[in-house]
Amino acid sequence: MRFGVIVFPGSNCDHDCYHVAKHVMGQDTEYIWHKETEAGLSRYDCIIVPGGFSYGDYLRPGAIARFSPVMRSIIEYANSGGYVIGICNGFQTLTEAGLLPGALMRNRDLMFICKDVYLKVENSFTPFTSEYTVGEVIRIPIAHHDGNYFADDETLKNLEENKQILFRYASHTGDVSDEFNPNGSAMNIAGICNEAGNVAGMMPHPERCSEKALGNIDGKSVFNSIIKKFK
Amino acid sequence: MKVKVYVTLKNGILDPQGKAVHHSLESIGFADVKEVRQGKLFELTFKDGISKKIAGQKAAKIAETILANTVMENFKVVVE
Repeated sequence: MRFGVIVFPGSNCDHDCYHVAKHVMGQDTEYIWHKETEAGLSRYDCIIVPGGFSYGDYLRPGAIARFSPVMRSIIEYANSGGYVIGICNGFQTLTEAGLLPGALMRNRDLMFICKDVYLKVENSFTPFTSEYTVGEVIRIPIAHHDGNYFADDETLKNLEENKQILFRYASHTGDVSDEFNPNGSAMNIAGICNEAGNVAGMMPHPERCSEKALGNIDGKSVFNSIIKKFK
Repeated sequence: MKVKVYVTLKNGILDPQGKAVHHSLESIGFADVKEVRQGKLFELTFKDGISKKIAGQKAAKIAETILANTVMENFKVVVE
């Protein structure tokens, strides 16, 4: 299959995503500069919107990237069922673009948090999580200043009822409580998907834990799940 | 032709930056403030030849489209 990794000015996790998709997972992978709109995205099986500080996080994280030329193509691609996963700044950009509900606000305690956290897998029936099991607890790093997921009550209720919550911050034993919520996210939400299940977003970085040499491969199943979809 | 757009967090949404400012007010001796909410002010200077009414409408559209994330923020347009 073929992955496309979007690159905005200020993206800095594009290389890690490219490395995992191409060199670790052995899949055809290409960078897509944010101004490229001519070719369209139909040649890709999955688009990755990577982390970083697109446009310096000016105005709001992802707020300006959301209007980059390539976003129109991504929206069209997603609306016709294409698979898109946004990681960290990518997740922020997808919420700004309306491809995912809610918004990511400044962390509750105001500090940039850079550490491993435990996530409980809530839904393993999506193209992005099928290689995990429901209830599984995984360890994945976060590195963000604005990861506090917010949505109004009705949206949160829908997310839960439609099983759109993919990952929640938890203890190493799967206890999803306030104590293990690093940034104040509503319902400890760390990752979600849209109603159709083809667009996902997560604040933690699976591309930073997909290689044995780095000591943690808990994130690899995100990529395995996507690849399995196209086998 | 200047138009001001104020962007603030919706009521009820946690504003940790406002809270941090509030705490520092107390510690520097200003005890009379009950709450602080922090927002943004954008000053848009329109090109000549646009009426106040149109400028106000355009500013509102700009605010709704990009200056404010309407999931979590409100905006107010003030035409000078």
